[in-house]
Amino acid sequence: MQLVSKKVLLMALHSEDMRRLARLARLDLPEEAQTALAGQLNTFFGLVEQMNAVDTDGLEPLAHPADAMGEAVTLRLRPDVASEPATEAVRAANQRSAPAVERGLYLVPKVIE
Amino acid sequence: MSDMHDWGVSETARQLRSKAVSSVEVTMALLARAQANEALGSFLHLDVEGALAQAKQADAQLSAGAQGRLLGVALAHKDVFVTTGMPTTAGSQMLAGYQSPFNATVVQRLADAGAISLGKLNCDEFAMGSGNENSAYGPVRNPWDTTRVPGGSSGGSAAAVAARLIPAATGTDTGGSIRQPASFCGITGIKPTYGLCSRYGMVAFASSLDQAGAMARTAEDCAWLLSAMAGPDIDRDATSLDVPARDYAAAIAVPRAGATADKPLHGLRIGLPKEFFGEGVSPDVQTAVQSALQQLTALGAVLVDITLPRTELSIPVYYIIAPAEASSNLSRFDGVRYGHRAAEYGDLIDMYQKTRSEGFGDEVKRRILMGAYVLSHGYYDAYYLKAQKIRRLIANDFQSAFQSCDVIAGPVAPTVAWRLGEKANDPVANYLADIFTLSSSLAGLPGMSVPAGFGEGGMPVGLQLVGNYLKEDELLQTAHQFQQMTSWHDAMPKEFSV
Repeated sequence: MQLVSKKVLLMALHSEDMRRLARLARLDLPEEAQTALAGQLNTFFGLVEQMNAVDTDGLEPLAHPADAMGEAVTLRLRPDVASEPATEAVRAANQRSAPAVERGLYLVPKVIE
Repeated sequence: MSDMHDWGVSETARQLRSKAVSSVEVTMALLARAQANEALGSFLHLDVEGALAQAKQADAQLSAGAQGRLLGVALAHKDVFVTTGMPTTAGSQMLAGYQSPFNATVVQRLADAGAISLGKLNCDEFAMGSGNENSAYGPVRNPWDTTRVPGGSSGGSAAAVAARLIPAATGTDTGGSIRQPASFCGITGIKPTYGLCSRYGMVAFASSLDQAGAMARTAEDCAWLLSAMAGPDIDRDATSLDVPARDYAAAIAVPRAGATADKPLHGLRIGLPKEFFGEGVSPDVQTAVQSALQQLTALGAVLVDITLPRTELSIPVYYIIAPAEASSNLSRFDGVRYGHRAAEYGDLIDMYQKTRSEGFGDEVKRRILMGAYVLSHGYYDAYYLKAQKIRRLIANDFQSAFQSCDVIAGPVAPTVAWRLGEKANDPVANYLADIFTLSSSLAGLPGMSVPAGFGEGGMPVGLQLVGNYLKEDELLQTAHQFQQMTSWHDAMPKEFSV
């Protein structure tokens, strides 16, 4: 396990990796931007390598600060019910900044041929 | 009354209550001052009509004897808080022209408390940056030297308060975005405990780190603002802490146990992490911070050596976790429901890609890609999960430190404000400069920046104070007492002193 993660961290990002990531993130990146970004990310991931030296065996990941605040703090879920009234006025206000709307519906390019 | 821009929050409130001046008069003066100083770049939107209407209403309420501490006091909001009646851009082209159907909870609470909103303040795009150079609407300049950055991401907030355009502003802090610009601009700022202020209506960057806070000239003014901003928002923010709202202004006036008139901080144990005082800190910052610590001991505080051994690690840990959350949060910008949409595109995927490529700036793209990478198959455990585990260690380190001290002190940043453009092409250099603010953000602890002197080029230096969870009262009181015996917070940038 340890060996695998070390291997991962030592691998430098190349422009083909950047193309894959850009596709995942739905970003269009010109070739020169990919090269520049790969360089910057590699510099950053150089810093990340020091994380390898830390023994984290048996530690629970901390996803959220509330989890570190002790007993006094508990998070909750609210009831799964709509909090805003389902009116045309509310819909219109919500859609006011939408790029393309018709009869209360968001317009997107054709998805199914 | 030519100095009303220099009153601050509490003094403005006193003047309004004594009827020496009206809210309309103060508001008009501040609006004119903001217009005259447009070149500073701090305001993205000035709501002249709206502010005057609110001021008129506040004057009517004041004449009718209405209470409310902030009634008639003008302030402005960082443009990551959504507002009705004013556009919200988050410093991004992606949200150009966006009109929110609702107010952020923090904005609504300040309005309910009677505060006048003058407009929206510039910031790094989606709050991602340490110099306010990542705004799609141009940089903000530091009032102390307009060739330098004001810090970021709440750079517009800090610069506007320092230049006396407004007595106070809201800000948000994900990894130092309130404390660092406060330090760079010589004002006071507080990032409260994660969850103390509602995140409802804050444009999301990294949800497990984002926290709203107050920026003003003094700790007392911050206390006034925070009292109105904080408190549970149970139905609207699942991470809002269910702890009762407090009156921080009243809390800082309550003397500590054993305090005397000349030793108001009697017995306060201030922890100095050795990692915050090493070679990485420039000598001018060291000198200012050390002399501030001496002044705190003169007030009765005791200095204790502590260690936060994972300070350096907080940089990779933060810059894995925050971009991971950002890449997820910013996936909502797809050109469908709100914001920018590319003018020309082919199919749906092409529409997403062109929209996002046009709408986002370089730093935002960089962080989205970093986030996508650390969350991707095969890398998740080695990067993201590993970072979260070290985040646990960082939080534990603070709890160990708080066994032997009440408040932790050190510099906010390794240097004073740098020059515009100096780090623009070196993102990693920007990340490294966040070293002293990231660990407390990762742990969710409250932190402050307090003006503590001047360094290289006559630029302000901030003293950072970090408290344990929900100890905002202790932090504010420490800062308040410090400000009773120092005048750094009163210093005004020369160019803006008229």
